[in-house]
Amino acid sequence: MEKPTLTSTLKALLYLAPALAVLITFTVYPILQSLLLSFYADYDYFRDIVYRYGLDNYRFLLQDPDFHLALRNTAIFVLGVVPASIALSLAVAFLLNSRIRLRAFFRTVYFIPTVTSIVAVAIVWRWIFHSDYGLMNYVLSLFGISPIHWLTDPKWALPSLILFSIWKSLGYNIVLFLAGLASIPETYHQAARIDQASAWSRFWHITFPLLSPTTFFVSIVSIIGAFKVFDEVYALFGGSPGPLKSALTLVYYIYLKFYREQDYAVASAAAYVLFLITFVFTLIQLYIGKKRVHY
Amino acid sequence: MRVELDAVTMRFGDVAAVDGLSATFESGELIGLLGPSGCGKSTTLFMLAGLYRPTSGEIRFDGTVVNDVPPERRSIGMVFQNYALYPHMTVFDNIAFPLRMQKVPKAERQERVLEMARLVRIEHLLGRKPAQLSGGQQQRVAIARSLVKRPKLLLLDEPLSNLDARLRLEMREEIRRIQRAVGITTVFVTHDQEEAMSLSDRILIMEGGRRQQFAAPQVMYDRPASRFVAFFLGNPPINLLSARYRQDGSVLVFPDGTRLAVDPTPYAGLDDELPVTVGIRPEAATVQAPDEIRSLDDTGHFIGTVAYRETIGRDTLIRVDLAEGVLRLLVPAHETPPLGARVVVIPDRTRLHLFRESDGRALHKDTPDDAQATRRVG
Repeated sequence: MEKPTLTSTLKALLYLAPALAVLITFTVYPILQSLLLSFYADYDYFRDIVYRYGLDNYRFLLQDPDFHLALRNTAIFVLGVVPASIALSLAVAFLLNSRIRLRAFFRTVYFIPTVTSIVAVAIVWRWIFHSDYGLMNYVLSLFGISPIHWLTDPKWALPSLILFSIWKSLGYNIVLFLAGLASIPETYHQAARIDQASAWSRFWHITFPLLSPTTFFVSIVSIIGAFKVFDEVYALFGGSPGPLKSALTLVYYIYLKFYREQDYAVASAAAYVLFLITFVFTLIQLYIGKKRVHY
Repeated sequence: MRVELDAVTMRFGDVAAVDGLSATFESGELIGLLGPSGCGKSTTLFMLAGLYRPTSGEIRFDGTVVNDVPPERRSIGMVFQNYALYPHMTVFDNIAFPLRMQKVPKAERQERVLEMARLVRIEHLLGRKPAQLSGGQQQRVAIARSLVKRPKLLLLDEPLSNLDARLRLEMREEIRRIQRAVGITTVFVTHDQEEAMSLSDRILIMEGGRRQQFAAPQVMYDRPASRFVAFFLGNPPINLLSARYRQDGSVLVFPDGTRLAVDPTPYAGLDDELPVTVGIRPEAATVQAPDEIRSLDDTGHFIGTVAYRETIGRDTLIRVDLAEGVLRLLVPAHETPPLGARVVVIPDRTRLHLFRESDGRALHKDTPDDAQATRRVG
């Protein structure tokens, strides 16, 4: 690489300018503006007049039971979706990576949830979860379990959402894991077979550790994605945060504050809380990753 | 362990990578599987390992058919071409892995890993990861890992191909030393004839999935079973010239009219006017100065011009251009004729190799190719 000179820097900036202009206008500026907005204590949104700045919005979040509920639900959601989704998608990817008939067909099938419109699949799942005619309750009835009000019982709304989201997230993770598995040279498995490792030992001692960079990436992307869950809630509960707000998540809370209650400053503050949470989690993961994903 | 290959064939689709291969490796022998790339030598090794299942034929270990025994239960050790050391494990863990899989108690595991590390001289590297090792060290670790479970058969896939020239020589001796120390039947694959010659008790040379010859290195060098074997062994390679045999006077007649007398008794099927390939090893001829040129009628020499010379240590390699064809010959450095000189080349008649032109088979009656060999050479 040559050393950057003033001319070359200016030249590069010229090339970057169009993309930068769009990014700054529609991403960077709003991000900074909403940070500012989260500190508006007394303001006129439409005329853009601020009478007082302060931490009032953050203080409000601290004592708002809805926000606490959203935090709690989101935490449960992340814990419910991410490990299960990673484990399942790894298992499916592992099976799809082995020599089976119709491999390409199955790979396509498992990717369908990812490419299909969430509204469309939510309609299907609303039927699956239907308490009277749904597939879930039908299957449960075969085992003599009485019908569950999946989407209308506050106790079951969040588990339903988690099930739906795991299913929805599988395809993308499977593709990532398949790429990771394909990048592990076959000779390690051959060597392990010669070293008398059983199929399970080969997976646990060879494949899984060698896959750790992929697993690490998938877990970061999945956790960030899970913290931001909104579409799934909106689509599955038909534009409500579930019965008695039982599936209220952080982003749904932000959405409610912003669009329904026009409480823009509180919405911004909540958005920044969400940002901080995901940021901290990502830092923790990077720290762990640096220590563990090494070979 | 005695290893028998009995008409083993391995097909990949329509292609037979190994085609009706038969050979017996005696217990404790060091066997070199030699051949150009794509000759089926690696496929053969993978079949011995159990990673490939032969399409037909039988592989027997100590008389037991193992065709359907998976690698996990074959009691073999294998060193892969790229060593396949587990990159996330330390050297110690790599060597201990086969023992862990066998559920060997921890104390014994520790002891055996150390014992192996001492054998291959890497005790000081046990805490490192494979990426922190040089090629030669990685290879030692791979050998230690393959031997630690005390297998009955050791397989080496191109064990020296990833090493530089100097290290290759050193590791060659190391492999020999370790194999002797452990006394294990060993099969290694190589495309390097020098490596095969220097390491093996016997060489199994393959081409196109078939066995070309199976014999001790020196035997094979002196009595190649075919033109292919003769050309593959030896560096610089053997000189091959086309000629016809004439019974009248028992001479080989070359296209340019040169005649070379041969003693036909050791050869079989040397018919009148038979087209043959004459093989002359670079060291099996003497070169003389032009003033010693005898009458053209003589039947014992070629006449040519020195077109190229290259000093390779003790000897000089010269290229002599004949009227038809060239000869590459090794001459003592101090007797090297100058470039452009006319010279007389007198081949050593007792070391001439004659091959049938049509199929390249050796015409010599005694070309050892011992499928069921019992004698141990080397």
